[in-house]
Amino acid sequence: MEIIKTENLTKKFKDLTAVDNISFSVNKGEIFGFLGPNGAGKTTTIKMLTTLLNPTSGTAIIAGNNIIKQKDQVRKSIGIVFQEPALDTELTGRENLEYHARMYAIPKNKREQRIKEVLKLVDLEDKEDVFVKNYSGGMKRRLEIARGLMHYPKVLFLDEPTLGLDAQTRRAIWDYIKKMNKEEDTTIFLTTHYMDEADYLCNRVGIIDHGKILVMDKIKNLKKSIGNDVITLSCNNMKKLIDNLEKKDWVKKIKKYDSHLTLGVEKGDEKIPVIIELAQKLDIKIKSITVRQPTLDDVFLSYTGRTIRDQEVKNPTNLPPRFRRRKT
Amino acid sequence: MMSSTELQAIYVMWLRQMKRYVRLKSRLVVTIVQPLLFLVILGSGFRQFEIPGIDIDFIHFFAPGIITMAILFSSMFTGISVLWDKQFGFLQEVLVAPVSRFSIIIGRTLGGATIALIQGFIILMIAIVLGTPISGPLGILFTIIFMILIAFTSVGFGLILASKMNDFQSFPLIMNLVIMPLLFLSSAFFPVSNIPVLQTIAYFDPLFYMVDGLRGSLIGKANVLPPIISMGVVLILCIITMSIGTYSFSKSEA
Repeated sequence: MEIIKTENLTKKFKDLTAVDNISFSVNKGEIFGFLGPNGAGKTTTIKMLTTLLNPTSGTAIIAGNNIIKQKDQVRKSIGIVFQEPALDTELTGRENLEYHARMYAIPKNKREQRIKEVLKLVDLEDKEDVFVKNYSGGMKRRLEIARGLMHYPKVLFLDEPTLGLDAQTRRAIWDYIKKMNKEEDTTIFLTTHYMDEADYLCNRVGIIDHGKILVMDKIKNLKKSIGNDVITLSCNNMKKLIDNLEKKDWVKKIKKYDSHLTLGVEKGDEKIPVIIELAQKLDIKIKSITVRQPTLDDVFLSYTGRTIRDQEVKNPTNLPPRFRRRKT
Repeated sequence: MMSSTELQAIYVMWLRQMKRYVRLKSRLVVTIVQPLLFLVILGSGFRQFEIPGIDIDFIHFFAPGIITMAILFSSMFTGISVLWDKQFGFLQEVLVAPVSRFSIIIGRTLGGATIALIQGFIILMIAIVLGTPISGPLGILFTIIFMILIAFTSVGFGLILASKMNDFQSFPLIMNLVIMPLLFLSSAFFPVSNIPVLQTIAYFDPLFYMVDGLRGSLIGKANVLPPIISMGVVLILCIITMSIGTYSFSKSEA
């Protein structure tokens, strides 16, 4: 059953098209991820789906309600964890949850019980009376996840849920996300630019870049689409080698980059000697050659022509100032 | 008819303001101590001079001005603090809740007005202890109405400012270049009626009607206009600023 369905969703800011005509759907109970570099349009999409921004054109249906015409209905059925913390730091953790519960009209007798439940889910029971300003980054994020779940949302939106957190905390957050997906049967829509995060969490991902969805499928299928194994090699006269490799039917996919090329193949370790032999025959000198299982990085690279890391190195100034600060 | 959800939202926003106020001890102290210092030090300093147009003790003349100032500053701060929530992201959490923006802003305004009025009343009590005469029961009623109107008008003005500004950098500029001159002209610190030019300009100063009206209500002396006329002007101002302030907030995107 589809719980999110968008039709030609578009958002333009003056001359910049942040989200360009995207249509997709998310099934009930899924963990769906939007994977893309910074500035790809992930947050703008979330803001439209959560009624914070009106789309320039197109629309979306969430849990049977239209995001433009039935804003209140949509708001009741969703929970959100924003990219930037959105807690009142002068209040305690419990107070933040309590105020949220009141805003979402959770009756008093249920409120207490629900606060206990969500605090337990994110292991913050012993910190409920501490002021949020004294929380660590990971605790804040956990509290926000708990808050997002307070009103039994059908869909929970997570915008870069582990941005700026250390490796250990990230792992813990991932487990909380999986847990709530399973225990509360909440559909999860998350955005991320971390490959490992998408890989670990999501059933299905959409790769988004420059406001467009380039591909959308199960992670397993995406990886398969570029071959069971990936061979990366660098050599002189790459063009000549490519011309010859392209004729071989065991090469599923071939892609050339500045300093290397990648091949998608079956049984990669058996193909290495074949390639080396071919290169010697052509008098091409191979500098390096490796074989490995395809990762989401390879998928991303093959669809966008670059890695997310490349882009961040090239355009560090594209990061919003707050993001830069949190990265340290 | 407002649903109970909307009432809950108003209550939550009000409660939040109150909790934050009580917890921020420094703000509590500053907002009460600062006007008191003005009243006591400036008041004692000026009472030694004979100022034409005042036939009462200067501290008593001064008290309504200081009460207005305290309520004005505190309420404006509440209005502008929307900007604070925007910068710290909390505004998004509020805007995405299934309640109307109108309820959110009403709750916030009520919270800010309550705080400002608490401060105003503390200063009023101190002024009375210092001997400020009260004109009578009707005067007290008028005084309270004026204080409430001043509080709401100023919250509204703060909300308008918050919707026009993107950060806090222009806030001191507005305080120093707009609010302070208006306060000087309002007869809060000295009577303007002796100088015709100043008095003419003062008629264009919204704060003049607040200070003059409050003075006329509280002590029944040294005011220029009958309090009821000033009240009419302030009421209209209040409706205008609150409408524009609420409207600008409802249009804000997080």
